Amino acid sequence: MYQLRRMIDTARPNIRVIRAGPLSLVQDRGRVGYQRLGVSVSGAADIDALDIGNLLVGNGPKAASLEVTLGGLVIEFSKPTVFALTGADTNATLDEVPVGVNISYFAHPYSRLELGMASQGLRSYVAIAGGIEVSETLGSRSTHLASAIGGIDGRALADGDVLDLGEPEQDPVSGRLFPIEKENLASDPLSIRVILGPQDDEFTTRGIDTLLGSEYTVSDQSNRQGLRLDGPTIESKTGSYDIVSDAVVNGSIQVPGDGKPIILLADRQTTGGYAKIATVATVDQPKLGQAPPGATIMFKLISVEESQKLLSTHRRRFEEVELVRIVEPISLHVDGARVDLGVAENNGMRLAEVEGVNYPILVEEYTPAD
Amino acid sequence: MAEPISNAGHSHKHPRLVPSGDSAIVIELGSEIDPSVNDRVYGLVDLIENAQIAGIVELVPTYRSLLVTYDLLVIRFGEMFDRLSDIASTPMDEVVAAVESRVVELPVVYGGEDGPDLQAVAEHAGLLVQDVIAIHSGVDYRVYMIGFAPGFPYLGGLDERIATPRLKTPRVSVPAGSVGIAESQTGVYPNASPGGWQLIGRTASKLFDVGNDEPSLITPGSRVRFVPVTSHD
Repeated sequence: MYQLRRMIDTARPNIRVIRAGPLSLVQDRGRVGYQRLGVSVSGAADIDALDIGNLLVGNGPKAASLEVTLGGLVIEFSKPTVFALTGADTNATLDEVPVGVNISYFAHPYSRLELGMASQGLRSYVAIAGGIEVSETLGSRSTHLASAIGGIDGRALADGDVLDLGEPEQDPVSGRLFPIEKENLASDPLSIRVILGPQDDEFTTRGIDTLLGSEYTVSDQSNRQGLRLDGPTIESKTGSYDIVSDAVVNGSIQVPGDGKPIILLADRQTTGGYAKIATVATVDQPKLGQAPPGATIMFKLISVEESQKLLSTHRRRFEEVELVRIVEPISLHVDGARVDLGVAENNGMRLAEVEGVNYPILVEEYTPAD
Repeated sequence: MAEPISNAGHSHKHPRLVPSGDSAIVIELGSEIDPSVNDRVYGLVDLIENAQIAGIVELVPTYRSLLVTYDLLVIRFGEMFDRLSDIASTPMDEVVAAVESRVVELPVVYGGEDGPDLQAVAEHAGLLVQDVIAIHSGVDYRVYMIGFAPGFPYLGGLDERIATPRLKTPRVSVPAGSVGIAESQTGVYPNASPGGWQLIGRTASKLFDVGNDEPSLITPGSRVRFVPVTSHD
């Protein structure tokens, strides 16, 4: 068996999909520049999680990852590589050893990464050093299912797929950590900041007050195109909610004839014919990509200027990634090699470090020194 | 509070600039479907492209408005708003003069398997099949915008004599290149998709090709002319 594996080892690094799960897609930051031709932007529904994953494994911002809805993905790495999981926690394991979110780990050839059920969120991202190297379509690798563009022939991952990995832009480093912000963990209801318009003048003052003062629930009719919300109906001035079709953006809150708002997400079409009462602040859009059916939302009005300031501050955090600090390490000698064991400071995940490479490790009992 | 909004009523002065979130501004040039307003939308596209404003990401022209998306980390709302206001206040005569209309000819086989609803459209109009073909192929259609799906043109200018309601039951799959009528609109499906339009013919021209840098044969602001042919060869 070992001999056989050696023989095929000249192939470029790839991952094999053992089990695709309910919905796993190749996504990057989206297909920008073709909306005037009706091409949807698509891209990761949680852009923050995509970006954090790429930072952790040393990829550039354009690299593609796997977006896994509701967990359930199992993949096998063909070559030694570095990967990171971000977004929704799925109690994932690497060869049955638990791995945490927002940490980059080393993976041996033929090791298997298995994602369980998603908890605290909806979508998980698997970033791998070098990125998923499917060919670009109109400048992006993002999958748009409705128009069958991008990813693997425009479709979701299937059992048995083999996906090539790209050349890492820099030497991948394991053991990087991106601290989780407590405020970003799912709250109930989710507080979503919005800017009024562009067609808020199609609605009565009472209609706008309804949007801003009510709790809405994400319906199970939601997907990557949009979140359909259940809750109080929003009153328009004329009883009609139709406008001459015009362009929409990610986060557009359109109100169709039944008066129930729909928030448009990454896979939205480029244009729409319903009046848009408000638009979600860019900084809060990743939260929408993680909102499962049943989640509740309260909207909060802010100005364009406030919204832009919030995003600038938020993006500054992405400029530097902290390295994991192993606290109170225990040094062991195993087969002549030094092994440092410790607990990553922020996320409470356990790592083993051998000569600078970080592995997940199963610790049955751990008592830090006094 | 976001300030340039919350207007009363629908009789706005145009052009009107409104934020569409924190990363886009929509420039409204009218509130109705009107060829002269649409001309101005495409004239404005040219003017804004020529101005080469750093930070602009995309321009998305539609019937009577233009969406400008921008990178807020490069240019802030206030500055972008001012730059676009200046350009949008260019006198209408100068804007329209910049528009150039390209005509895309699409060879269409009308009727038969390619246009299974041609007979029904003729019956609805009380016309002969050949009259429907002559009327449909007798004018150039304005491409007001592209939306809904990659390369899907919203065409204007259908003769009201052949306007026909949609099918009561939409088809599960309409072949790529199908030419149809729905109410007083006509259009052509760039890709196979479900659809409820009355199909009167089909073109073999490839309307949308993702392998091409210019993927869409029909571009917004151009004109489409349907040319009757007897076979797809």
